[in-house]
Amino acid sequence: PTLLLTYVPKENNFPRSFFKLAGSLVNITSLLAVQPKSKKTLTKSGVKNIVVVEGVRIPFLQSGTSYADLMPHDLARAALQGLLNRTSVPREVVDYIVYGTVIQEVKTSNVAREAALGAGFSDKTPAHTVTMACISSNQAMTTGVGMIAAGQCDVVVAGGVELMSDVPIRHSRKMRKTMLTLNRAKTLGQKLSLLSKIRPDYFAPELPAVAEFSTSETMGHSADRLAAAFAVSRLEQDEYALRSHTLAKKAQDGGLLLDVVPFKVPGKDTVTKDNGIRPSSMEQMGKLKPAFVKPYGTVTAANSSFLTDGASAVLLMSEEKALAMGYKPKAYLRDFVYVSQDPKDQLLLGPTYATPKVLEKAGLTMADIDVFEFHEAFAGQILANLKAMDSDWFAQNYMGRKSKVGAPPLEKFNTWGGSLSLGHPFAATGCRLVMTTAHSLKKEGGQYGLVAACAAGGLPKCVLGP
Amino acid sequence: MSCGGMWCRGELCRVGLRVKLPCLLGSWFMVLICCFQVNTLSKQLSSEFTDIMNEIWANEAVKSAVLISSKPGSFIAGADLDMIEACKTSQEVAQLSQEGQKMLEKIEQSPKPVVAAISGSCLGGGLELAIACHYRIATKEKKTVLATPEVLLGLLPGAGGTQRLPKMVGLPAAFDIMLTGRNIRADRAKKMGLVDQLVDPLGPGVKSPEARTIEYLEEVAIDFARGLANRTVSAKRSKGLMQKLTDYAMAVPFVRQQVYKTVENKVRKQTKGLYPAPLKIIETVKAGLDQGHDAGYLAESQNFGQLAVTKESKALLGLYRGQVYCKKNKFGTPQQEVKTLAVLGAGLMGAGIAQVSVDKGLKTILKDTAQQGLDRGQQQVFKGLNSKVKKKSLTSFERDSILSNLTGQLDYKGFEKADMVIEAVFEDINIKHKVLKEVEAVIPAHCVFASNTSALPISQIAAVSKRPEKVIGMHYFSPVDRMQLLEIITTDKTSQDTAASAVAVGLKQGKIVIVVKDGPGFYTTRCLGPMLAEVVRVLQEGTDPKKIDAISTAFGFPVGAATLIDEVGVDVATHVAEDLGKAFGERFGGGSIELFKLMVEKGFLGRKAGKGFYIYQEGVKNRSVNSGMDEILARFKLPAKPEVCTDEDIQMRLVTRFVNEAAMCLQEGILSSPVEGDIGAVFGLGFPPCLGGPFRYVDSYGAKQLVDKLRKYEAVYGSQFTPCQLLLDYANNPSKKFHQ
Repeated sequence: PTLLLTYVPKENNFPRSFFKLAGSLVNITSLLAVQPKSKKTLTKSGVKNIVVVEGVRIPFLQSGTSYADLMPHDLARAALQGLLNRTSVPREVVDYIVYGTVIQEVKTSNVAREAALGAGFSDKTPAHTVTMACISSNQAMTTGVGMIAAGQCDVVVAGGVELMSDVPIRHSRKMRKTMLTLNRAKTLGQKLSLLSKIRPDYFAPELPAVAEFSTSETMGHSADRLAAAFAVSRLEQDEYALRSHTLAKKAQDGGLLLDVVPFKVPGKDTVTKDNGIRPSSMEQMGKLKPAFVKPYGTVTAANSSFLTDGASAVLLMSEEKALAMGYKPKAYLRDFVYVSQDPKDQLLLGPTYATPKVLEKAGLTMADIDVFEFHEAFAGQILANLKAMDSDWFAQNYMGRKSKVGAPPLEKFNTWGGSLSLGHPFAATGCRLVMTTAHSLKKEGGQYGLVAACAAGGLPKCVLGP
Repeated sequence: MSCGGMWCRGELCRVGLRVKLPCLLGSWFMVLICCFQVNTLSKQLSSEFTDIMNEIWANEAVKSAVLISSKPGSFIAGADLDMIEACKTSQEVAQLSQEGQKMLEKIEQSPKPVVAAISGSCLGGGLELAIACHYRIATKEKKTVLATPEVLLGLLPGAGGTQRLPKMVGLPAAFDIMLTGRNIRADRAKKMGLVDQLVDPLGPGVKSPEARTIEYLEEVAIDFARGLANRTVSAKRSKGLMQKLTDYAMAVPFVRQQVYKTVENKVRKQTKGLYPAPLKIIETVKAGLDQGHDAGYLAESQNFGQLAVTKESKALLGLYRGQVYCKKNKFGTPQQEVKTLAVLGAGLMGAGIAQVSVDKGLKTILKDTAQQGLDRGQQQVFKGLNSKVKKKSLTSFERDSILSNLTGQLDYKGFEKADMVIEAVFEDINIKHKVLKEVEAVIPAHCVFASNTSALPISQIAAVSKRPEKVIGMHYFSPVDRMQLLEIITTDKTSQDTAASAVAVGLKQGKIVIVVKDGPGFYTTRCLGPMLAEVVRVLQEGTDPKKIDAISTAFGFPVGAATLIDEVGVDVATHVAEDLGKAFGERFGGGSIELFKLMVEKGFLGRKAGKGFYIYQEGVKNRSVNSGMDEILARFKLPAKPEVCTDEDIQMRLVTRFVNEAAMCLQEGILSSPVEGDIGAVFGLGFPPCLGGPFRYVDSYGAKQLVDKLRKYEAVYGSQFTPCQLLLDYANNPSKKFHQ
């Protein structure tokens, strides 16, 4: 998803920025079809301004580290509590909670509700869970935007959680069938006869699919092919990954990652910072073998995002409500668009498609954007997107455009690191991108920010922030 | 050769080859890229290639080479067949083979590693070239197939293939590849050890997916070529345990002999000794493994030469060329492309037609009158596609997505959007008329109405049409998804555009299409009629069904004549025989149709009823003769005529009647060419492929000899054996041939 954040009017000293969500949401396009009247505010007539009051995340950790023994709702709870603490928003004010998650823990399938109850939100606040691969929390946020815009709610909490340390592993279909039939077996004889049918292969477990359902291709394999399609070299990918880690380290050391809230893990020390940031050297990265396309591919463990645990949450309000409550919004969520394309060859090209669309919708150009935050699934995927955005051929042949939109300038692009270095807990990444954009716009004195991400199933989207 | 940029190439162009010498800022890449610009191995290409190879070996700067093709869709699709056909003697062909062997041996022995980069068809000589290289990299695409189809042309791999393949993939797998000639997909080839690396096809980048995929293949191949030259990559493949065990076992002469024997027996059983090529392949492989390198190569070239001049090879080659001819639309491009197809009747045929349409991307409406029939039909389509999923030639996602093209329904909803309607309802003229009228009330003006009938004349069906120019016959063969032939029937009123549309749909469905004129039984059914009448006659004369089957399969028919009747259905056969009998009179006489009628009465309808000449039981392979037939056969028993009742005479009685009728079709203009007649007979009716079809058979057997046979039987049985005028003309003029 792409998120575009807009500006802070200096005249009333009221730090404000706008952001915009870009992505591929077919169903709500009509809702947001109203064109902005003036480029300055992007306010839409008849549609409420929607703001991000605050957003937090617990530190993103590599799977199997400090969060390993927790459950997903524990992480979500920590993020929600962090949001409550940071904003001091009275819990009865929150009208609705939407949470995103990708790999569902079956015990807490509506993880939004379980986490909200545990985090001390009112039991009168309804909550639901959404899923849309790596842009699940973007989906949570835009769902919130839709509810506020439709006048259903004034205050919505949106977020996302992912716990890759523990994923549901199922019994095989045959075994499940036997076990379910066993429930209905009445006599001992029936039960024994069912049990006697169990064969060793029944015990083979079923792992959650790491591959795209429609193509059976893993994301890493797809990224390797994408990099090859755009002739992105191994060297370029390693360089980009190194840049991500280096910038993330700088941002972390400089205290720029303001959205991180500490998390006291039960039975363990308080976690205060992301633990996946590891600037290495080109030489060391060069030693790694390809992880997916063997032996000659270019995507390696070092230039891909790693398995991550984490959760994030943002507080969305209508502008009137926020101002009435005395909040200084961090960003205006201005617009968004979801797009989708061929899940085989263009799985990870969403940002390329979504960016020009959301800009055109908002009446902006690439030059108006001060901060770009793109989700970094793979270094090769980012570089392929940049090349695609910079190619007239691609724009003409695949996007139905007359000319390219142009690649974002790197000095405005993921300047505080990205998913490659900070980590990528699938459903929690969207909120991180939005908050990084908001904080970055404020620091740089920028006006518009644009957030973009790609997701499995070929659905990318854009969000924009303060 | 200048070096301007990062990636510039010195190029050297010839007619069939382009050589690129990439260099990197002054320092030479040590890899030479040799790019084929044609897709067949011709004499010219061979000599150019040899020149370039010589240069490679002479040039110190070149350390390795990559062979790739610039023709999209093929690496090398085989040797130039014209080149082989132009040879007059087996020695000449053997000479060609030896030249090929030498060229490839030179590559194999090259001290500089040569990498074959394969995208698209790598067939015959192309595969032999690839396996002579030191390393093979193939794109993992549907269009990338490896095969040695020589056996299907009555030949053998004549450029070292019979010698290299067994060493490469093991003896059993090598026999399988060479004796079946089947296509091997890239991923399977990797598993067999036929290729060393796979390259996934790429999506769009800043170039088209196809162009970039080839470029990427070349890049990867260059990497490996350099790796091989500086020994960071080993061409030695780690064999699996099974392969090691097999190789070990095959090294024992006794085991090898057993394998030869088993394979040979199997081949003899399947070919009935009618096809010399498979046995020669076994012999050649044997020579190489048992008597060494030189004997093997010598046997290969000699046998190749011998096979190339056999009449079997000429017949098969003729069929191959005929097939190519029948894959073209001689009516041109139709004005409106068919995108939505409606099929009426969800029976075996209707569902089969739907199945071969949906997977080619045609939106297909399958309409029946009853839910039960519709369900069965839809299940048939699903089952057909699902079997491909099981064989892994389709993913379950692709299956589902293909099935979304199919709409099953009981009404005429959506017919206003249909571009073509194919009816496959019951073979009854009244029902056909009713359906035609109903359909014409709902379809748009441009929509073609095609009738899938095996015998009802199309003009009769079209008689009630408001727009007879849009009515055409499309005769599919059962099972539709397996039988390659489609017989299209045009009436005097059928427009050119309607014909173009029907042929285009047939070709899209993957069919080999022949177009014939309307008439009772068209071409295929009409040829079959007299032969089946003769089968009945032979049965009446006391030859039992098993014996008839044995005699006809020995002649080369893939299915025995009695079994064929069971497969077609005795009721259908009766129906057709009656109709054709009325139309053609005595020429369709011979056997008594009452025999069929009695069989129908008793419920002996053939396979579909479980009983016909044989008893059919689910899961039972060796079917037994239906003893209920004894009484029927006894009732119609006629005295046999000893002078025309040897096995050979019986064969000739069946075949001459078939051929005579085929010639009659050509004479009457039902057929427009002998090529289509041969293709229709072989692919639709199972006429022995080794004979190449009825017309080629006349050429090779001799029209005069054939007419003599007909006269002999005519003297015994009467006018059903009277040779037609066209055959007489050919018999009177020995220089006249159907195929020049």
